[in-house]
Amino acid sequence: MNLTHLQRLEAEAIHIMREVVAEAEKPVMLYSVGKDSSVMLHVARKAFYPSPPPFPFLHIASGWDFQALLDHRDRTAKEYGLELLVEHNAEGAASGINPFDTGSSLYSQTMLTDPLKNALTRYGFDAAFGGGRRDEEKARAKERIFSFRSASHRWDPKNQRPELWKLYNARKNKGESIRVFPLSNWTELDIWQYILLENIDIVPLYYSAPRPTVERDGLTIVVDDDRFRLEDGEEVVERSVRFRTLGCYPLTGATESDAADLPAIIQEMLLATGSERQGRAIDKGQGASMEAKKQEGYF
Amino acid sequence: MNTEATVYRPEALIADDIDAYLDTHQHKSMLRFITCGSVDDGKSTLIGRLLYDSKMIFEDQLAALEADSKTSGTQGENIDFALLVDGLAAEREQGITIDVAYRFFATEKRKFIVADTPGHEQYTRNMVTGASTADLAIILIDARKGVLTQTKRHSYLAHLLGIRNIVLAVNKMDLIDYDQERYEAIVSAYDLFAKSIGISSFTPIPISGLAGDNIASLSDQTPWYAGKTLIDHLETVEIGVTAWRDGPMRMPVQWVNRPNLDFRGFAGQIASGTVKPGDKVRVVPSGKTSIVESIVTFDGDLEEAGAGQSVTLTLADEIDCSRGDVIAAADAPPSAADQFEATIVWMDEQALLPGRAYMLKLGTQMVSATVQPPKYQINVNTMEQVAAKTLELNSIGVAEITTDRRIAFEGYEDADKGGRDLGGFILIDKVSNATVAAGMINFALRRSQNVHWQSVDITREAHAAQKNQRPRLLWFTGLSGSGKSTIANLVEKKLHAMGKHSFLLDGDNVRHGLNKDLGFTDADRVENIRRISEVAKLMTDAGLIVLTAFISPFRAERRMARELMAEGEFIEIFVDTPLQVAEERDVKGLYKKARAGELKNFTGIDSPYEAPESPEIHIDTTKMTAEEAAEYIVEQMLGEWSATI
Repeated sequence: MNLTHLQRLEAEAIHIMREVVAEAEKPVMLYSVGKDSSVMLHVARKAFYPSPPPFPFLHIASGWDFQALLDHRDRTAKEYGLELLVEHNAEGAASGINPFDTGSSLYSQTMLTDPLKNALTRYGFDAAFGGGRRDEEKARAKERIFSFRSASHRWDPKNQRPELWKLYNARKNKGESIRVFPLSNWTELDIWQYILLENIDIVPLYYSAPRPTVERDGLTIVVDDDRFRLEDGEEVVERSVRFRTLGCYPLTGATESDAADLPAIIQEMLLATGSERQGRAIDKGQGASMEAKKQEGYF
Repeated sequence: MNTEATVYRPEALIADDIDAYLDTHQHKSMLRFITCGSVDDGKSTLIGRLLYDSKMIFEDQLAALEADSKTSGTQGENIDFALLVDGLAAEREQGITIDVAYRFFATEKRKFIVADTPGHEQYTRNMVTGASTADLAIILIDARKGVLTQTKRHSYLAHLLGIRNIVLAVNKMDLIDYDQERYEAIVSAYDLFAKSIGISSFTPIPISGLAGDNIASLSDQTPWYAGKTLIDHLETVEIGVTAWRDGPMRMPVQWVNRPNLDFRGFAGQIASGTVKPGDKVRVVPSGKTSIVESIVTFDGDLEEAGAGQSVTLTLADEIDCSRGDVIAAADAPPSAADQFEATIVWMDEQALLPGRAYMLKLGTQMVSATVQPPKYQINVNTMEQVAAKTLELNSIGVAEITTDRRIAFEGYEDADKGGRDLGGFILIDKVSNATVAAGMINFALRRSQNVHWQSVDITREAHAAQKNQRPRLLWFTGLSGSGKSTIANLVEKKLHAMGKHSFLLDGDNVRHGLNKDLGFTDADRVENIRRISEVAKLMTDAGLIVLTAFISPFRAERRMARELMAEGEFIEIFVDTPLQVAEERDVKGLYKKARAGELKNFTGIDSPYEAPESPEIHIDTTKMTAEEAAEYIVEQMLGEWSATI
């Protein structure tokens, strides 16, 4: 019997998760509720079966999350009996930081990166699973599966531990914590194929549907609630759209599409001509910007 | 030049019949390979080409690539594929890849993971890392230059890491006008070398990464070439993990799954062989046997599982088994031993210190281990064995390793017996926690399987009871001239007066005898402390209260001594005298000599002193006299002693 590539990737991810649970003191799984998180959760349920995943799930809510995403999150946590932790920077929001008036880098720093760092520090988590994949971005391609962060959550790309075979060195220095990426070797297609094969429930926003939209800065933005501020000349138009990636709704571009089921989504993705992160305003800018963000603690 | 016909272009199938495409994709296998060569050999260009030809580059990436090519490319107006691959910002400025980067592409038959590693000499570490997970290595050669020193180095490392599928990609054929004679001369030169290092077969392919010759489709420019294209070869070569299924079963236990009192499962990834319910298994090193009851997974119990699968096994008997143990076929289990010969690749700026205790991780086992001085080092350019006292960053050597307990293992070479998972290990520095080396077990030393502990009737407890005391090791540490010996001497006098049986091991005295062959290099200091720790351990076994007064500048060695002792028996006493004060006192005139350059490696001057982080007792000699300090130490101990005496 030959293992398929998906079976090998799944077995590898399970092995990684078990290593973390065996060696870390207080692990947590970052749960963004997106498709990669959904795959990660599914693999975690497999890795520890018949036990439930022996760690909590942490969601960083910016306050500008899609409502459908929050509904999916709560439904999933309830269905699988997950210990769900939600972190939100209420102070940042109260001080007027929002995706409309604040620059994208300050916004993501304040509403996403800072609360993540705060939660990890406050709960004392020493290892955090993330759904990052090496095919997403050049800086990720060189990141280890066990990636260390200093006490201030910075990544030092020049000082990574060599990672051989499947031997992960999880020993930490004082104050350090580990980001662990069990899906490092998966590609976007692998993720979708696995969702299809394993029949994994994902946020409906990935499927196309008529949604109220506005065109802004070359992105098609879905007006998810009445807090959305229209600028002069903008009008809300109903379009058949779906998302390839999910972030804060005023900053995440949708693609026009008729793909309403998984095979159609995969078909569209394979024939697409833009890479996954094109729809995310946060990742725009210079080629190395993601690397700079990661050094600052962005996941 | 190249026809598009054979290039992988799945769009038609995707557009017409996505379900058929998905079905194909779902059954793909996966091959991991490594590319070895320098930037000059066109390595990044080749990888960029593979990604491009398999349509792994999206339009936005292509646009960014075109822009990048103009600003920092080396191909003029043409697209510089290398820029796709060279990741981190600083590297891009330097124009070299300095780390391991992983790339992904897929063809109709397989998914590929490419480890891209640099060819630069100081980065042996990275190549070894990339090769450790690879099934195949592509050795790139610039056709204009032929077999170079680095070609040999890369081939040696790939072979060392157990890669048995070697592709010799003779690149830049376009720049030698696709000259068949030149190509064949390179191949036969490589063949000669390959045989000399034990590479029995390899697959040569003439290519051009830039022009695309013989990558995805056979080139019209090389009609004399009768072999496969590079992609065709990658799609059809056999994958290691598949072959490992034929070997005896081994599964290192990662985690014991106990959701409730009725279920006890052993979770792990099978390293080799296959397992079925009803199979008789043996737990190594304990040797206990049982029967596999079930193979539990989320998707239901399995009838059979094999190498590469992550599963949970339940056993018929309640036997001791935990993380670090290996569950194996009962009739063909791996051996367990505590002394090995291994090939070690040093990966840290700080060189190997023979005799120092490092953590060793092998499979899911984590033990303490010491490395003997290397038998020899291997010059990776000439493959010669050269004498060495230590191993520096990026050097490779063969040495004996002793672990503090027996571990289950296989020779790294025996891949079908799980050698990849049970023969490869890493060494971790106990203080910095850095991964300092990777190693491959060659074999266990016979003496380790035959030398057993002689059991004695008069136990250490009996020795101690007769002396009416509990053994202790009072470990005084501090700079030269801090007052360690003076204070230790006073403490011993007080103990003696109290009727205690003690012995003082003094640094200077020991160096006149037991350790007179040792100097003051870092390595000798480590060995000095190792011998003293062992002697002190024997004396505490005899029931004595041992006092040692040595500078013992390194935390790692003091920790080694601590770990030899039973919990609570090691008392670290930090005789804290600031360097300036010790130097002013300069009782033995040593500081003066060191400052004058007459004494090398003098602690505090040109050799570091690592102060204890949490000593049991801290003596500040600027605040108390030696007599007060001795009084204080005995007082600190008295309460505890009165309880145990």
